[in-house]
Amino acid sequence: MTYLLRRLATFPLVLLGVSILVFVAIRMVPGDSITAMLGTEAGLLTPAQRDSLAAYFGIDQPWFVQYWRWIGGILHGNFGISVTYGRPVLDVILERFPLTLELAVLSMIIALLVGMPAGIYAATHNEKLSDLGVRVAAMIGQSTPSFVLGLLIIYTLSAGFGVLPAMGEFAPLWQDPLRNLSQLILPAITLGFAFAASVTRIARSAMLDVLSDDYVRTARSKGASARSVIWRHALPNALIPVVTLSGIEFGYLLGGAVIVEQIYALPGLGRMVLDAILQRDYALVQGTVLFIAFNFMIVNLLVDLAYVALDPRIRLGEQ
Amino acid sequence: MTPLLSISDLRVGFGRNPKANEVVRGVSFEIADGETLAIVGESGSGKSVTALSINRLVDFGGGRITGGSMKLKRRDGSLFDLTGATEAKLAGIRGAEIGMIFQEPMTSLNPVLTIGTQIEESFRLHRGLTGRQATAAARDALDRVRIPDAARRLKYTPNQLSGGMLQRVMIAIALACNPRLLIADEPTTALDVTVQAQIMALLAELKRESGMSMVFITHDIGLVAGIADKVMVMQNGQAVEQGELNQILDSPQHPYTQHLLLDVPHFASGRATRADGQRDKGENTQPALKVDGLVVRFPLKSSFFSRATGAVHAVDGVDFDLMQGETLAIVGESGSGKSTTAKALLGLVRSTRGSFSVASRKASAERSAKPLQMVFQNPYASLNPRLTIESILAEPVIATGGRVDAETGARMASLLERVGLPKNSLERYPHEFSGGQRQRLCIARALMLNPSVVVLDEAVSALDVSVQAKVLELLVDLQREFGQAYLFISHDMAVVERIAHRIAVIYAGQIVEIGDARSVLSKPKHSYTKKLIAAVPTIDRRHEHFEIDTRQVPSLVRPQGFEPAPARWERFGGDHMARAEA
Repeated sequence: MTYLLRRLATFPLVLLGVSILVFVAIRMVPGDSITAMLGTEAGLLTPAQRDSLAAYFGIDQPWFVQYWRWIGGILHGNFGISVTYGRPVLDVILERFPLTLELAVLSMIIALLVGMPAGIYAATHNEKLSDLGVRVAAMIGQSTPSFVLGLLIIYTLSAGFGVLPAMGEFAPLWQDPLRNLSQLILPAITLGFAFAASVTRIARSAMLDVLSDDYVRTARSKGASARSVIWRHALPNALIPVVTLSGIEFGYLLGGAVIVEQIYALPGLGRMVLDAILQRDYALVQGTVLFIAFNFMIVNLLVDLAYVALDPRIRLGEQ
Repeated sequence: MTPLLSISDLRVGFGRNPKANEVVRGVSFEIADGETLAIVGESGSGKSVTALSINRLVDFGGGRITGGSMKLKRRDGSLFDLTGATEAKLAGIRGAEIGMIFQEPMTSLNPVLTIGTQIEESFRLHRGLTGRQATAAARDALDRVRIPDAARRLKYTPNQLSGGMLQRVMIAIALACNPRLLIADEPTTALDVTVQAQIMALLAELKRESGMSMVFITHDIGLVAGIADKVMVMQNGQAVEQGELNQILDSPQHPYTQHLLLDVPHFASGRATRADGQRDKGENTQPALKVDGLVVRFPLKSSFFSRATGAVHAVDGVDFDLMQGETLAIVGESGSGKSTTAKALLGLVRSTRGSFSVASRKASAERSAKPLQMVFQNPYASLNPRLTIESILAEPVIATGGRVDAETGARMASLLERVGLPKNSLERYPHEFSGGQRQRLCIARALMLNPSVVVLDEAVSALDVSVQAKVLELLVDLQREFGQAYLFISHDMAVVERIAHRIAVIYAGQIVEIGDARSVLSKPKHSYTKKLIAAVPTIDRRHEHFEIDTRQVPSLVRPQGFEPAPARWERFGGDHMARAEA
């Protein structure tokens, strides 16, 4: 419990560092939000008009004043106004986030459902033909770019079966679950494919390691069946690397999947933040990056807690 | 009467072509009910593969039985063919009729399951017990191996128990369903000598209680005297000699058995100590190493910010001096502080208090930039696999700011020759050498700078017994030739007896007894030294009864600011001293 509190106490520090980094980084990119917003018409603005617009958005001040104002706002729950959407940043993010979260969760479920059994199967059939098959498939899965796979899926479905992935207005899960799933299942498969391949490889190597451990031999010497040896004795010991990998991948997915969202025309966090960068929507970029960093820290914390649950030798917070 | 187990012409091979790669080549033996057979041999002799073949665990390590037969008499009297049995049939035999314990108790138990769950599993598998019944059975099993407070310990995970306790848990698991045959594969090799004595006593007592038979695998022929009825000596996959215990120990026929009994270090209660280099009585000679009140403590903190609440007193006031050309052995069990003492002298851990001074050797002051050098326990891990032997030997010279010149090259060549390695070794890599050769390389590396003191931390412990004997001989010869002082850290009394002039016994971070090797080993004064020496297996003690002692090793954790009482020493003639006991 005290460990949990201590970990949570480090969150503001990390977020502070991230906020400075992103704040400075985006301002080092040439261009500004007014030009980005108005395009060629920006050239028609008189200097006075430009200045008053800059003052309206608060970008006429030196960067540290801007930063101070922004941070002060965040402490009051105000992440600023997005210039492209004309709405509070937090509202825009929270509107997009459920889709991204759902997509990440679905991909992970697919990855674990496919990757774990495949990895275990390969490990228990080490050096046999079937093991080789799984390894080659995993290699292909890891090296296929998501846009290739995404396009391939769409093409096969439309050309082969005359089915188009459900596009159009996105339906949130709680409004129309069926339509929601039909919209998300193909993107989830596309994302989950490479993820599953990574899980397969790491599960295979972890299981191979564990299966040659002494306690597995002990289990066999007791008369435990092959099934019991794999599921009861070996698997729990092989889970740690899988959890580590899944945590990292899941954390990345929570930051949005730009390419897959683009291919399947999904309004997720990835596309939004890409647009925000192109539009020099400073407030939205900063807010989103902070949000993503926060999610990453939560995921990492959950991964650490999972370690404790999986392995009694791990004690959190001990020197 | 049919024997419990009869094995004839057993052959086991590995790899894609097992027939061509046989490591067990035609071994035959029989074990009657209640009988104990000891299989003795060095690594690579095929003794462990033979053991693992009996319950066919060898299959999982890539082994194949290529010939011969193994018949087990089952509980109901029928004969079971172990060689041809299916995996499903074998699962019913393993644990129920054949139990097994292994060398490394620390890794042989599943780290994520409680020991209760692991013991219960045997009862679930073979007795069909579940829930409370299984728990009760597991508790009884722990009681049986004399683990105090069994009910509470069932909920422990393996990381919460010591090696000796874990080996008892392993025994509890192996004997849970009263198998009629127990295979013990080097069950005490990883344990301290006093713990070893207790495990041996426990095995002997359980054997008496249950009337089971046992196959006891060991590299230590001294250990078999206490437990075996019959002995089989293995070399290169074959049984070179087998027979009754007394016959093998008293009148060995095969040269290899004779070699194991005569050339290999066995503990002889001080009769085999070195006769050379008695301590110079003159007080004017300067010691090579003088250690004064060395203290190493590791503070215990609950978090980075909080204050220390106590400290682990790893070394708690150690003083000794070491003369040139002399060997001082520091003996103690794991956790006694012997290795920490060595590390503190080398600056690998920071000492909390105390001082030590090393005399550099006047004759070759130029080469003695680092008067202390070290040889470590594991020759496989302590040589960088990516460096050639030349680079490895040059390293100490470079590290002390020297240049690798013709003189260095000449020294490398002469040292390699001196430690008995081929001339062309310089361009080769460590993996091309055997364990014993690697340890010779480590010794050569330590001597490159002609140090005044060489610290040898368990330097022969990882080697096979006959290799051990040769490396010890080499060390003694080198010492006579170059006059180095050795600080020899070891847990092995038999080894210490061969090399030490003086012995310091260390317990809980403090020296409890120090003195002339012969005197300490033959007339120990401190109760701990006595206990330690009594626990050493020797060929002379046959079937000796040893009291089972379930006391745990004392904790070295002390409250903040704790200082041990100053030592009072009792003198026993010469320089033999022991700490006075309360």
